[in-house]
Amino acid sequence: METVFTAGITYNSYLSEAGEPLQSLPNWTEQPDTLARYYRNMVLARQLDNKIIALQRTGQIGTYASQLGAEAIDIVLGELMHSDDVLVPYYRNHALQMLRGMSMAEMLSYWGGDERGNASAGAGEDFPVAVPIATQALHATGVATAFKIRNEKRAAVTICGDGGTSKGDFMEALNVAGAWQLPVVFVINNNQWAISVPRSLQCGAPTLAQKAIGAGIRGEQVDGNDVIALHESISEALKHAREGKGATLIEAISYRLSDHTTADDATRYRSNEELKAAWEREPIIRLQTFLHSKGWWDEIQETTWHNEVSQIIQQGLDEYLQRPAQPASDLIDYLYATLPNALKEQRERLIRNAKPGGNHHE
Amino acid sequence: MSNSMTMVEAVNLALHSEMQRDSSVVILGEDVGVNGGVFRATVGLRDEFGIKRVLDTPLAETMIAGLSVGMASQGLKPVAEIQFMGFILAAMEHLIGHAARLRHRTRGRLHCPMVLRVPFGGGIHAPEHHSESTEALFAHIPGLRVVIPSSPARAYGLLLAAIRNPDPVIFMEPKRIYRLNAQPVEDSGKALPLDTCYTLREGADITLISWGAMIKETLEAADTLAEQAISCEVIDLVTLNPIDHKTILASVAKTGRCVIIHEAPKSCAVGAEISATIAERELLNLQAPVNRVTGYDTVMPYYRMENHYMPNTTDIIDAVTNTLEFS
Repeated sequence: METVFTAGITYNSYLSEAGEPLQSLPNWTEQPDTLARYYRNMVLARQLDNKIIALQRTGQIGTYASQLGAEAIDIVLGELMHSDDVLVPYYRNHALQMLRGMSMAEMLSYWGGDERGNASAGAGEDFPVAVPIATQALHATGVATAFKIRNEKRAAVTICGDGGTSKGDFMEALNVAGAWQLPVVFVINNNQWAISVPRSLQCGAPTLAQKAIGAGIRGEQVDGNDVIALHESISEALKHAREGKGATLIEAISYRLSDHTTADDATRYRSNEELKAAWEREPIIRLQTFLHSKGWWDEIQETTWHNEVSQIIQQGLDEYLQRPAQPASDLIDYLYATLPNALKEQRERLIRNAKPGGNHHE
Repeated sequence: MSNSMTMVEAVNLALHSEMQRDSSVVILGEDVGVNGGVFRATVGLRDEFGIKRVLDTPLAETMIAGLSVGMASQGLKPVAEIQFMGFILAAMEHLIGHAARLRHRTRGRLHCPMVLRVPFGGGIHAPEHHSESTEALFAHIPGLRVVIPSSPARAYGLLLAAIRNPDPVIFMEPKRIYRLNAQPVEDSGKALPLDTCYTLREGADITLISWGAMIKETLEAADTLAEQAISCEVIDLVTLNPIDHKTILASVAKTGRCVIIHEAPKSCAVGAEISATIAERELLNLQAPVNRVTGYDTVMPYYRMENHYMPNTTDIIDAVTNTLEFS
């Protein structure tokens, strides 16, 4: 008997939980700019997340999927993706969507039950969030196929959770990306929980990254709470894609510090001890400690930035709350490029019923 | 110049013609390249347009549909093939959950100009899961156009229209008549209109509505009935969503009687929608209840029992006779 194939999965990390280097750091970390920007953006993402949960509790926004604990993944992707790359996000990528050009008010609009948020001009060719699990992985391969057909040096980037990797769509996407050497980067935000089902029950393999091996693409694990490790893995994967060398699967190990959504109660299925331990590994304090140790961030900057963030959020919130209601006809007008005759009568009835005195019930 | 050709040849001609005209048209599916498709609908396209425009995909229908959505969002016009109707089920989530909704949920920022071609229906002694008529599953979905040709010339013109349409179209090809009744088809590059019924024969006594392969039996029945001095108006529905109720209602207002003929099972099928609309709008002009000639509410049988399942010309003639005798 002979071995016809062997493979392994690497795990990449640079900063310890205590914010200390675990190995020699890449050259770009010798300058404070990028790392300080990562820090500021993560603080903004987290403050905003807290604010949105408060808005949901007071009925000003709908069911919301928190990003608590996943900030690093979004922030680094937002930094490294080019504007002409295409993002095919899932429902836990608000910070990334904003870095890509969606305004805060548009993002809030979407979670406030108004699809006009998805109309964001700033989002360019990016997809709106995928709510059905892992369907986005296939859309990303379609976008990447278009790039490949047109000989464009662009990358499609798509994200899903650990639960999403169980779906056929995910496997079919990896498979075609390998077969056709597509310029796509698959990122798994492995936050250990798919609502109430833990990672251990999701898949029998020791890593999710090894699903890449079966598809013939690059696959690796990275510390999803470590912006330096994420930066290294993601920039390499994007470069690989843009150079026409094919796809990469990055399994970013993180932890969902929040409930699944505001409609969930994680205390029903996971222990406080586990959650407490996860807070020791979260991405923001770790980077703050590192920045402090380099003398690149101090208490005054921290206070100033927190104040600025509060203002930025208030501005976005004001803009969101002041957006005029959609006309009722939006319910039908965007279904087809041109309104079919068969729908004209229903459209008239809709408008009639939505008028004051009509039989439309709020 | 018009050449006589079959429906499957007309499909091939339309694909060829539009690919020449529009470089954003890309064919994809299982065996569509070197092999030219299991029914040869895409034969010769790979040689002419190359591997970047005719993609032999891995064997995964969910992927074919999802990939098409992504490609279409980029401004390509993917024309994907699903080999048989029974295999389209794996593609449903992407067709219903994404293709049909992309324009709406982005308020027009993105849209999905894809066509999914799929041979459907029984009558060719195919294996299980090859012969279903599940058009109602798609016709029910807002945002999905469902188009079914019934002749080579209409297959050519309607497929051009489907590809040029900026929204997703499920283009269902009645494979029982793929190679039946060749007719002259001119490669004119002219699309036929969608969202409208085609009145194939005008008549005064009764309206017959059908689509796809059953148009053949419907016209045969109309011929036989004409010999008995019964004048049938025959309407080919063609677009199953959105339905051109106007043409149907005008015809029923004139004839006062209607029989709907389809191969799909009876319950919750497109015939039920047409019948309900006639009842809502033309009740006072109806001289008899709307009648339906359909498949049974059962599993599409494997081929030994196919003849028991498929509606035939006699069934249609009987239904017309009963409807005319109602008083």
